[in-house]
Amino acid sequence: MIQTRTPEVFWILGSLLAAVTLASLIGYVLKRRNPGNPATENLNARIRSWGMMILVGGGALLTGRIAILLLFACISFLALREFMTSASGRPADRVTLLVCNFVVLPGQYLLVGAGRYELFCILIPAYCFVPSAASAFTDTNRFLDRAAAVRWGLALCVYCISYIPALMTLRIPGYESRSALLMVFLLLIAQVSDILQYVWGKLIGRHPVSPTISPSKTVEGLVGGVLSATVLGTLLWRITPFTAWQAGLMAFLVAALGFLGGLVMSAIKRDRGIKDWGHLIEGHGGMLDRMDSLCFSAPVFFHLTRYFFSQP
Amino acid sequence: MIAAMIEWMMIASVRLLIGARPRARDREQSADQRIYVANHSSHLDAVLLSSTLPPTLRRRTRPVAAAEYWTAGPIRRYLIHSIFRGVLLQREGGRLNPLEPAAIALRRGDSLIFFPEGTRGSGKILRPLKPGLFHLARWFPNIDIVPAWIDNSYRVLPKGSAIPLPQPCSITFGSPLRWKEGQQQEEFLAEVRETLEALQPK
Repeated sequence: MIQTRTPEVFWILGSLLAAVTLASLIGYVLKRRNPGNPATENLNARIRSWGMMILVGGGALLTGRIAILLLFACISFLALREFMTSASGRPADRVTLLVCNFVVLPGQYLLVGAGRYELFCILIPAYCFVPSAASAFTDTNRFLDRAAAVRWGLALCVYCISYIPALMTLRIPGYESRSALLMVFLLLIAQVSDILQYVWGKLIGRHPVSPTISPSKTVEGLVGGVLSATVLGTLLWRITPFTAWQAGLMAFLVAALGFLGGLVMSAIKRDRGIKDWGHLIEGHGGMLDRMDSLCFSAPVFFHLTRYFFSQP
Repeated sequence: MIAAMIEWMMIASVRLLIGARPRARDREQSADQRIYVANHSSHLDAVLLSSTLPPTLRRRTRPVAAAEYWTAGPIRRYLIHSIFRGVLLQREGGRLNPLEPAAIALRRGDSLIFFPEGTRGSGKILRPLKPGLFHLARWFPNIDIVPAWIDNSYRVLPKGSAIPLPQPCSITFGSPLRWKEGQQQEEFLAEVRETLEALQPK
């Protein structure tokens, strides 16, 4: 049985709330000193949204396993909705998209909830060519593009994100009731790495990693963010089943893959000619803008942990 | 009671599934009586538009709909009368003045949601506007006409589909306009058309 109301969880949520409160105080002071500055406005919007995300995520975490599954199913749903808007709008894809939203997505989360690893890890990769058949019947124009968008959407928004709650299904000797903490570790490292990449980039960023994709992602931000996240991961080793250096290595991988995930998602946005995925989260853009760094890292983190630490 | 619950559920599910979102320009919703004029491509349009209004305004904002469609069958009749509080117009035949029910609603102080195309279109282009709007504007020159562009709803629930596909929609409200003394029908409808088309997101 998974325990989510543990002292560690309360400590982490408490510290996060304290951090957000401190950040909003700083934001308030900045606003008083310099009213109407758009950069401060955006910062404050971001902080407000962080507060909301911590409350919603923390609420689900404290409520228990089912609430966490439902939360991530909703996140997948919103992410898929954003992804598909910028993809195909052809009427022939309607049935395919309905199947993705109302069959595949709930199916994936039911399998994760039931702990059926052998099924949830292949449902989308192996079987989700099938819904695209519906798009082929009446319209073959740019078919491969449309089918690829459906597959990418399902893979990134449903499959990859479902690996976050799937961490709760792992059975690790000596860590049985605490596997929700793995999820906390992953989310914390990925998000903190995002923030620190942004902060380091703003402070000392000079050289863009890839000017064609995004001028705001800099080498300095990348190195600074990933290294800081690695340090944080090492410090958090007590909440993980890992030793300190293993936790640091995992954090490094999560942060680095998070960066690549963000880069790939930015490339898709560039390709579609949009700046943000949506407007769901004030100051951040859409759901996918916040989840992009987890798309690549969640499955890798899950599988590494499962392979090296868990009992089958 | 049941009707209020169904309405609440509809609004909630529209917000959740479709994420209807009012955009800029006319964020401050005035409590004045208005005629909202919008493009029409889906059954969701009226619910979508009213879901962006605060509850107090929503209760006094009624969609104008076609009588022959909404009176066919008990479910449609229940929906249009009890849930949407629609104003039903006979599109053909019958009355001397087909706009009379809309005029009565305006005289009672209700706001209207009016689809001047008269029917649901494909969603990408605006069909020719029917003259009904011109007459209403001329009879009620002191009521603001608020143009609203509903984007993407045709992808959520196009004509002929029953299951809504989750897709974000947005509504852009424009600045209010009125019929000006002496303005001819074509001139007025062209102005409405231009304002509406200008609201369409790129």
